[in-house]
Amino acid sequence: MEAINNLISGGVVQDIMFYVFAALTLLCAILVVANPFSRSPVTSAMFLVLTIISMSGLFLLLHAFFLAAVQILVYAGAVMVLFLFVIMLLDLKEEQRRKIKFFGLAAGLVSVSIVAGIFIKSLASIKLTAEPALEGETYVLGKLLFTQYTLPFEIISILLLVAMVGVILLSKKKLE
Amino acid sequence: MHVSLHHYLFVSFMLFSLGLLGVIMRRNLLVIYMSLELMLNAANLALVSFSRFNNKLDGQVLVFFIITVAAAEVAVGLALIVALFRKRQSAHVEDLTSMKL
Repeated sequence: MEAINNLISGGVVQDIMFYVFAALTLLCAILVVANPFSRSPVTSAMFLVLTIISMSGLFLLLHAFFLAAVQILVYAGAVMVLFLFVIMLLDLKEEQRRKIKFFGLAAGLVSVSIVAGIFIKSLASIKLTAEPALEGETYVLGKLLFTQYTLPFEIISILLLVAMVGVILLSKKKLE
Repeated sequence: MHVSLHHYLFVSFMLFSLGLLGVIMRRNLLVIYMSLELMLNAANLALVSFSRFNNKLDGQVLVFFIITVAAAEVAVGLALIVALFRKRQSAHVEDLTSMKL
């Protein structure tokens, strides 16, 4: 019994969970971008939902409980429903398999290798030794949001209003 | 091996690269948009893990704002795509080249 307790508090279970969620996230992300079985955007959207859900598992492992909930509510709930709605509305034809252009492939590989360079360079300069002791609880986060970050919070609400008005204007029947 | 900041950052990097490849290689506007969401999510993951291993909550507040802005951005972008589809009857990037020189 004590051995099991040590195992759990030692974080072995959490490490395993990390690998499971990370593998799920990456696998689903690959299936969003390059699905060998289907080219329809609906499949991509469904796998994006799975990616987001497994990412919220990663957030849980990072003790960001509020953000994990928001991730599922806003992304998997609202944003993806919007995506699916538009896909159904547009009645898209299947994307045809076309030859991958050499230029596109080269541009993709170059940009990814540039990002990889930045990544490796920044990893080398990380000096974090502190043991993580942070809890991303709703109470703490809300307190921070309404004291230190009140102005950005209000600006965000204005942004949402502007986006709402803009969307209504854009989707009016007559677009002149 | 104990899971550290580097592991999370690697996952974030892989997600970002996948999103970038999707934006460059795919031709369907909607799939390109989903890849953009993937890149945003990668940034969110990096921010949350930095906030955890730095013992500061500011990163999580920033992620909260990013999620809000992303929701607004998706609404506006999808409205633009629908408007474009109405005009052109297509959501493929190869059919939308009127601004090409």
